Amino acid sequence: MVKVTVDGIVVEVPSGSTVLQAAELAGREIPRFCYHERLSIAGNCRMCLVEVEKAPKPVASCAYPVADNMVVFTDSPMTREARRGVMEFLLINHPLDCPICDQGGECDLQDQAVGYGRDHSRYAENKRVVQDKNLGPLVKTVMTRCIQCTRCVRFATEIAGVPELGATARGESMEIGTYVEHALTSELSGNLIDICPVGALTSKPYSFVTRPWELKKTDSVDVMDAVGASIRIDTRGAEVLRVLPRINEDVNEEWLADKSRFAIDGLKRRRLDTPWVRRDGKLRKATWTEAFNAIAEKLHGVPGERIGAIAGDLVDAESVVALKDLMGLLGSGNLDCRQDGARIDGARRDFYTFNTSIAGIEEADALLIVGSNPRREAPLLNARIRKRQVAGPFPVAVIGAPAELTYDATWIGDGPSTLTSLLDGSHEFAAVLRDAKRPMIIVGQGAIARTDGAAVLAACWKLAAQTGALAPDWHGFNMLHIAAGRVGALDLGFLPGPNGKNLDAMMGGGVDVLWLLAADEFNMSRIGPQTFVVYQGHHGDAGAARADVILPGAAYPEKNGTYVNTEGRAQRGLFATFPPGDAREDWKILRAASTVLGKPLPYDTLEAVRARLEAANPVFSRVGQLPRFGCSDHSGPAGDPAVLGEAPFVSPVSNYYQTDPISRASATMAECAAVYQPALLIAAE
Amino acid sequence: MVDNIANGSAGKDFVQPTHFAFDDESNSEIEKVLAKYPPGKQASGSLPLLFIAQGQMRRQTGSAWIPRVAMDAVAHRLGMPPIRIYEVATFYLMFNTTPVGRYHLQLCTTTPCWLRGSDDVVAACRKFTGIEGWHETSADGLFTMTEVECLGACVNAPILQVNDDFYEDMDAARTEELLAALKRGEVPKPGSMIGRMTSAPEGGPTTLTTLNFLPAE
Repeated sequence: MVKVTVDGIVVEVPSGSTVLQAAELAGREIPRFCYHERLSIAGNCRMCLVEVEKAPKPVASCAYPVADNMVVFTDSPMTREARRGVMEFLLINHPLDCPICDQGGECDLQDQAVGYGRDHSRYAENKRVVQDKNLGPLVKTVMTRCIQCTRCVRFATEIAGVPELGATARGESMEIGTYVEHALTSELSGNLIDICPVGALTSKPYSFVTRPWELKKTDSVDVMDAVGASIRIDTRGAEVLRVLPRINEDVNEEWLADKSRFAIDGLKRRRLDTPWVRRDGKLRKATWTEAFNAIAEKLHGVPGERIGAIAGDLVDAESVVALKDLMGLLGSGNLDCRQDGARIDGARRDFYTFNTSIAGIEEADALLIVGSNPRREAPLLNARIRKRQVAGPFPVAVIGAPAELTYDATWIGDGPSTLTSLLDGSHEFAAVLRDAKRPMIIVGQGAIARTDGAAVLAACWKLAAQTGALAPDWHGFNMLHIAAGRVGALDLGFLPGPNGKNLDAMMGGGVDVLWLLAADEFNMSRIGPQTFVVYQGHHGDAGAARADVILPGAAYPEKNGTYVNTEGRAQRGLFATFPPGDAREDWKILRAASTVLGKPLPYDTLEAVRARLEAANPVFSRVGQLPRFGCSDHSGPAGDPAVLGEAPFVSPVSNYYQTDPISRASATMAECAAVYQPALLIAAE
Repeated sequence: MVDNIANGSAGKDFVQPTHFAFDDESNSEIEKVLAKYPPGKQASGSLPLLFIAQGQMRRQTGSAWIPRVAMDAVAHRLGMPPIRIYEVATFYLMFNTTPVGRYHLQLCTTTPCWLRGSDDVVAACRKFTGIEGWHETSADGLFTMTEVECLGACVNAPILQVNDDFYEDMDAARTEELLAALKRGEVPKPGSMIGRMTSAPEGGPTTLTTLNFLPAE
């Protein structure tokens, strides 16, 4: 630790810190453009100049290491004069187009020009002209605004792991771009918009939509994948206009994946805004009363074992518990939340969660990925794996389809046979795992959503136990989910009860009445033609097309919902805007239906539903928190590791941009799929 | 293809080749270069490899430039992302990212050369080749004129660099003579055009005159 005096405030900072960090600790704000705490230091914008005693000239505080007894002045006349000079240079080529710039109102340059800018420009020459670049359907460029801080170059290279951006040519001619025009091939490209301190990189779908001060900001949690990133939903009136990440060091740091950020235009299209009832083979608009009566009429006299319910991928825990309770009152144990047929064992919680935790990846020292492509299934989790590998040697092996994961990963096989050779120790990576102090195994849904899924799951657990991944202070067995609602539903036991039917058994006439809670991800033609289908959800997707009664529900920004991410972390999304038309919050729909069905649910308020959640599983009383835990009980999930099949593992996400009803309804995502999907297919060949 | 203003391709049409592979001569040079760097530090070879690629283009097409596919080949050879090579190749003006003529005339117009009459040299080049602007190639495809900053040979200013060689102590007449010779396919001896040795004073030494620096005959 060294002592540094910043503007008379004495602070102790670790040696090796920069002057800027010391100043932050002292509570002094240093203006900056190129410096970003999660990126490498460039030191090229010069805005963070400070005066250091005995230094002959101002120093760039972001890149200047502290020394003991250093005396720093962050607001001296020399500092101010230096920053004014830097600002004048920066503004020489920066256009005066703030009134038509989307960054206006949240622009670092704009803000700091107020503090350090001159009232007019002394520069009479022409400003430089830079051609705009085409970076794909998500990121809009106005390159004349670029101040060449190179944050985007460093983000793409270091965090996203797609070194495609660079600074070409030099001096006056220097330009940021890809040189050869192509769309950025990153699932994290939206973060470039956040990271750009000026309006050079802005959101293409959001361009010229609104001003930041017109927006209502609501904290929420993302449901586009099972990572559960913390987000902020920006609304104006009833419209969701923008989704931005919130800082959450345990989950998403400060990044957000593109689907979570840009699929929101799907919230305005193909929405179910009124109940529908099928009469004479045709869906017709109806009132809530008519819809509920149609269900009650159909359910009359149907025994409990002939009724079934399937929970979808985007469901909140509140509606799942309400549906489960309703099914219980109707006498049905035919419940399932595994639309993909994943052979998940719900007997113990650590059989189906990401036990190491996302932040815990940084402590691991070897990784085996089985049947998953984390880059497409959970881009933020993938970025964490990359962060771990950038920090130091981190052997990663993949069983499944070979893929470019943005870090060095050894492809060691495509199917269960490789798992066998790891188990008997004949494969060399078995030794790597065994020698590692904190090995990790990630099991994807692609490995278990198959007929031998239970065996694969058991084999992975056995491998984890054999290689020391299950220790009292370290839990290295991880399941990576792709559905935001899945873990919550599993925590509530939304699985077949005793003698209950699973999804397969409910198909082909296995039940007479099937209640789909936003379930769209399985083949609807498997449902028997005589089965009466109630679809409760927010989008007119596969489930609604098959339904006999449609109950319009709320999408994630339109309800107070609890979601449990793949780690098992319960998180809450807050109500940001109203659902369209007659649509309602889902637990309320179930509560209303239960009255019409003559089996009223025992809760009338959100608080009462949440009390019920906490009673069902204590996980729901620890919102936002996730205690780290080890594993002392090595007994594995049901399934015989010996009966592994032959078929290669396939990732369930073949098209990252369109995985759920919201993203399938999104025009932006459709454009992304059109741009990126052909490239991915070529790369796969 | 993004225009590269620094290297003067703005608004000009040319065809990027679709294929580039190092030939045997280049490969043996590359092996020599890469042997100089410790394992894992091959990125240090970016500049020499780009130079080798430019040399191969001169051998094969008569135009010393680095097409995009050649940059890709360098990146592939060094295990680097292509953008890192694009950055280097566009940064250094000695790498031509657009085609140049057989004789790349690089005219220094920085102050010492200018004081010693570089304007006359430029005018002579324009008159002989018919080139009007900078970074342009003559109609016969033989000459490209590029304005460069100080070439570091001010003592013998003005300097006209043709491809890799310096022609020093130029004036209008000597320039015209030189270009005519080049056009005939001759390559005059580089160096001072007035016969002085290296950068000795014009008209012979003025100090230390009693010493004989010439090699013993």
